[in-house]
Amino acid sequence: MTRIVAELDRCIGAGQCVLADPGAFDQREDDGTVVVLEEHPADDTAVQRARTAVDTCPSRTLSLVE
Amino acid sequence: MATPPALQTARHCPYAPPQEHTRIRDADGGVGRVTLGSGQEAWVLSRLDQIRTMLTDARFSSDRQDPNFPRFSPGGRPTGGMRPSLIELDPPAHGAARRAVVGEFTVRRMADLRPRIQEIVDEHIDAMLAGPRPADLVRDLALPVPSLVICEQLGVPYADHDFFQVRSAAVLRRDTSAEDRDRVVHELVGYLKDLIASKAEDPPDDLLGRQLAQGRDPEDVLSLAFLLLIAGHETTANMISLGVVTLLERPDELARMLEDPERTLPAIEELLRVYTIAEFANARVTTEDVEIDGVVIPAGEPVVALSNAANHDPSAFPDAERIQLDRGARNHVAFGFGIHQCLGQNLARMELQVVFDTLFRRVPTLRLATPADELPYKDDAFIYGIHELPVTWGEAA
Ligand code: HEM
Ligand code: SF4
Repeated sequence: MTRIVAELDRCIGAGQCVLADPGAFDQREDDGTVVVLEEHPADDTAVQRARTAVDTCPSRTLSLVE
Repeated sequence: MATPPALQTARHCPYAPPQEHTRIRDADGGVGRVTLGSGQEAWVLSRLDQIRTMLTDARFSSDRQDPNFPRFSPGGRPTGGMRPSLIELDPPAHGAARRAVVGEFTVRRMADLRPRIQEIVDEHIDAMLAGPRPADLVRDLALPVPSLVICEQLGVPYADHDFFQVRSAAVLRRDTSAEDRDRVVHELVGYLKDLIASKAEDPPDDLLGRQLAQGRDPEDVLSLAFLLLIAGHETTANMISLGVVTLLERPDELARMLEDPERTLPAIEELLRVYTIAEFANARVTTEDVEIDGVVIPAGEPVVALSNAANHDPSAFPDAERIQLDRGARNHVAFGFGIHQCLGQNLARMELQVVFDTLFRRVPTLRLATPADELPYKDDAFIYGIHELPVTWGEAA
């Protein structure tokens, strides 16, 4: 099952992931770093959105593992 | 060896990168050599994948104190006696400085700001409509909105806004003499120092106050304040004016955008891609030898990302020269890429969204009072834009 992994120490709080999928990602109030809300994308559209988040994340914080 | 050709800073077409740069991208493997305005010879990268690699590789440094950092004009770089700010720091110092402030610019914080941005936009449209026709949309809307928003966030009193607008415009203009630039930076720094000192005793609930309350050194707060004022002022203003022209020139696409509020954000991404107004912000100096697509760039060399050429790279954006407001591509590098990707990007998106969603609905007869191809585009500035945008509305006179 596809899983979203975030290497938190890389995150710079750009918020591109939240723009890609506000249902799956949020940012912490204090330091803006990513919070993964939905670790397992539920269907193909959700996987597609997660891919966009991985691709647009500027600090290469996110990855998808099968 | 012959001197490499000059970096093209002026644009002959507002929508397209200079041919000299697309030639490097398409015929020379994407890596080239140019001569900068300072006389330095520099490397350029021009393909989207190359630039994304460069901006995520720690061997490319943002240290502007390094004598080999790219300089686009003759003369030194004024520091105003300030410590290096976020944009000049490399890891690990960069990460700490960025995390101290990025909570102020999250997607959610920007959504909370929306009602206040809406008020500011409405007030400025009211004032414009109450004034004579044609109006200059740059002066009446594009400049004051982002300026007021960032000044309110920082906690700069509104009475001092004119002071900032005049001076930050002078810092960014490429034809400002070195002495004038030094003087202006000095004045801005002096003002901000006093402002921060006045907040230190009992830190108010604004961005600068919260930085002080977190225990950040006032010297670091000063360089942050300076960076935010300069970076957040004219960039968004230029995107507002370029966006208004582009949308007015495409009435069918504008009508489609207005039918569905979901279409505004993708349109903004497309405008950001097409204009890539802050192209030359993506500059670095190598700290080690780096190989890019078979070319070795030695350590200690200036490197400039030709982001505008990359954002029109046909291998990344099909039919790249065409403006397609519903393209929906967010993999452009108009806000940069890597750890320095624009801190204010979600503020800029929100401001652009409120302006475009409001202006064309409230003023459906809005039109250019000067043909688009005769507008004074900013060929002389570090950040691309339009100096003046005469618009009119209502019945034809
Ligand atoms: C459409 C408008 C804007 C554009 C096109 C833009 C573009 C950019 C670019 C290309 C960079 C990367 C520089 C680099 O890699 O060295 C950057 C960084 C930055 N921008 Fe923006 N910007 C915009 C609006 C704003 C706003 C509104 C703010 C603040 C309120 C802002 C604050 C910053 C800051 C602080 C950085 C440095 C971030 C870091 O080094 O970690 N920008 N911007
Ligand atoms: S896009 Fe990347 S850097 Fe930005 S908040 Fe999300 S995970 Fe962090």
